[in-house]
Amino acid sequence: MALWVDEFRPRTLDNLHYHQGLSTRLKSLAASGDFPHMLFYGPSGAGKKSRIACTLRELFGPGVEKLKIDQRVFLSPSKRKLEINIVQSNFHIEITPSEAGNYDRVVIQELLKEIAQTQQVDLNAKQRFKAVVINEADSLSRDAQAALRRTMEKYMSNMRIILCANSTSRLIAPIKSRCLLMRVAAPNYHEMETVLNYVAKRAPFTLPPEATKKIIDDSGGNLRKAILVLEALKMQSPDLSGPLAIAKADWETYCHKVADLIVGEQSPARVMEVRAKFYELLSHCIPPTVIIKTVAERVVERVDESLKADIMHWAAFYVRKIVGGLAVPFTHSCWPAQEVRMRIGSKKIYHLEAWVVKIMSLYKHFFYDVDMSAFD
Amino acid sequence: MSFFNPKGASAKTSQKHVVDPALQPWVEKYRPRTIDDVSAQEHTVTVLRKALTSTNLPHMLFYGPPGTGKTSTILALSRQLFGPDNFRNRVLELNASDERGISIVREKIKDFARQTPRAQAVSSDGKTYPCPPYKIIILDEADSMTQDAQGALRRIMETYARITRFCLVCNYVTRIIEPLASRCSKFRFTPLDPSSSSLRLSHIAQCEHIDIDSAVIDTLIKTSSGDLRRSITYLQSASRLASSTSPPTAITSLDIQEIAGVVPESVINDFASTLGIEVEDAMDVGGSTKHNANSFGAIQSKVKELMREGFSATQILSQLHDLVVLHPTLNGRQKSSCALVFAEADKALCDGADEELWILEVGLRINKAIS
Repeated sequence: MALWVDEFRPRTLDNLHYHQGLSTRLKSLAASGDFPHMLFYGPSGAGKKSRIACTLRELFGPGVEKLKIDQRVFLSPSKRKLEINIVQSNFHIEITPSEAGNYDRVVIQELLKEIAQTQQVDLNAKQRFKAVVINEADSLSRDAQAALRRTMEKYMSNMRIILCANSTSRLIAPIKSRCLLMRVAAPNYHEMETVLNYVAKRAPFTLPPEATKKIIDDSGGNLRKAILVLEALKMQSPDLSGPLAIAKADWETYCHKVADLIVGEQSPARVMEVRAKFYELLSHCIPPTVIIKTVAERVVERVDESLKADIMHWAAFYVRKIVGGLAVPFTHSCWPAQEVRMRIGSKKIYHLEAWVVKIMSLYKHFFYDVDMSAFD
Repeated sequence: MSFFNPKGASAKTSQKHVVDPALQPWVEKYRPRTIDDVSAQEHTVTVLRKALTSTNLPHMLFYGPPGTGKTSTILALSRQLFGPDNFRNRVLELNASDERGISIVREKIKDFARQTPRAQAVSSDGKTYPCPPYKIIILDEADSMTQDAQGALRRIMETYARITRFCLVCNYVTRIIEPLASRCSKFRFTPLDPSSSSLRLSHIAQCEHIDIDSAVIDTLIKTSSGDLRRSITYLQSASRLASSTSPPTAITSLDIQEIAGVVPESVINDFASTLGIEVEDAMDVGGSTKHNANSFGAIQSKVKELMREGFSATQILSQLHDLVVLHPTLNGRQKSSCALVFAEADKALCDGADEELWILEVGLRINKAIS
């Protein structure tokens, strides 16, 4: 039994519920036979992957759904073995090069060239080219992106690349200029309502409108999350009536607790308490950026209007310190991914704590109107 | 088109590389064939034309922003020098998609540089080519080569200078180590001026039989800021989209903006008015009248909305930057403090900081700087 998210995932472009303009555009592109390289971008849970899958089906027919999973071994220049999982059908191949970390360049170079140099031999194939779907394209290292540049032009006849990313900010301009950009915006309230009702109809059960509203408000535009929550709630109370408690992720409640501690009292003892909590969060692999963001958003809800801007400012400031703790010079190999920096030695807990102390002092300053300018 | 087409054994090898011209990217299709076709860059072309008539050529370093014709120029030049037959054994092109570590420099490049070129054969297409007695090694995107690999090139360049010329192509000349740069004669490629871009674009449009008015060409040039390749790619994507709709429609400026990933002006104006910048656009009088909007909550929810729409943060920043810097009523002090924020945010985003947080930060600080 599959999860609802997978079970009711639209299979064809016609079945997609929203962004009709995008769907017709994709459809006509697929029909025209002149298919460009594509870059799908948008927030998570907006339906990028579904759209890619539908487009592939439109291009190659139902054959793309016959998937097999393969594990390939690549050798890095220093003869280290890299194992990469590849999902492929006869017509397309799907990779997540960021699995290889810093060596994603090797994967891109070898795999793409290999695909590009083999022609489609199946005469019944609808298209002459194979499609390569690259997931998490925004975490590709700069070298890997540079490796894509000429490959995309040179092997256009045998291969089309479909990139999937959350944001285009971290893609280099030459890549962006070679692709047709497809922005997949998060669905709005109304569109999400339609989809949830559709899921309810297919499941089937009746979905009370107040439950729909609650789920949508909670999901923040992430449709996948909304459907997962719906399924979880359905498991809890089959008729979906009465007060619904949407379970938040543990780390989220934990972050909120931290925020409450900060607002509750400002003292060195409190900082120690908060530190313990931060360590706990970090040891569960919650990225420090996410921690700061969640805590800051919660704190901001609970303080005076005039303080809000400052709190956000310092949050942004320390987030930059965390990611940019040690500036890796541009020429040194790859795009400095967050994790790389951390390994070099910037300690994230310092910055988290510094931020907490900063906002505590701001808060105190605000209440007692002490002149703290000397400490800045 | 099919590989299995019976066309005789001799055609088999050549057929493998034939690409249906309709499917070729226009960037490749309309790459200049001779150096005289290269748009703009008069200075470089004049110097290189001399090289065609004499048999001497220095080592070269081409640098300049993307899409200005660096790779095209060197490819066209070597094609003119050697002709199609000799091109393969006289020119080695390596780019960032090839492995270019120090071992490759030591082996592949050195081996190629070492070979003495064969004597000139008669060209098959009947034309005569100068075919000077040296080979050319093109190192495309040379700024992504490591320092070590560049260092290994130093001696090779000198030792085999008699029979081999190097051409380094890069965007940032500062990333090429000094000893290499000093061995080459440098050619700077400048961003294309609007007139030559528009000439080239309309030429392509004519060859592809698409109707395009001058306003659309202007938009193309504006969105691509001197990068000819980008504008050609946009043009191709736009024409694909336009021709694939059921009744083929004409290309509009709006299509181009959508393809280029530009945030619609109305969205940016709306955001700006939330931040307290007066937008003199007559269109959204309704939006800008509510001036109480520039509070923390309003800005935060606006930023959330922008992020949900999936716009790219860097794109929002650059457009907001244009709006602020060219704003008629803000004074110098306000503009410069805004510029400071933009610079910081750009760095943070480059480092991979959270987009939403930084757009919010930019919004709040601009709001503060302006009020």
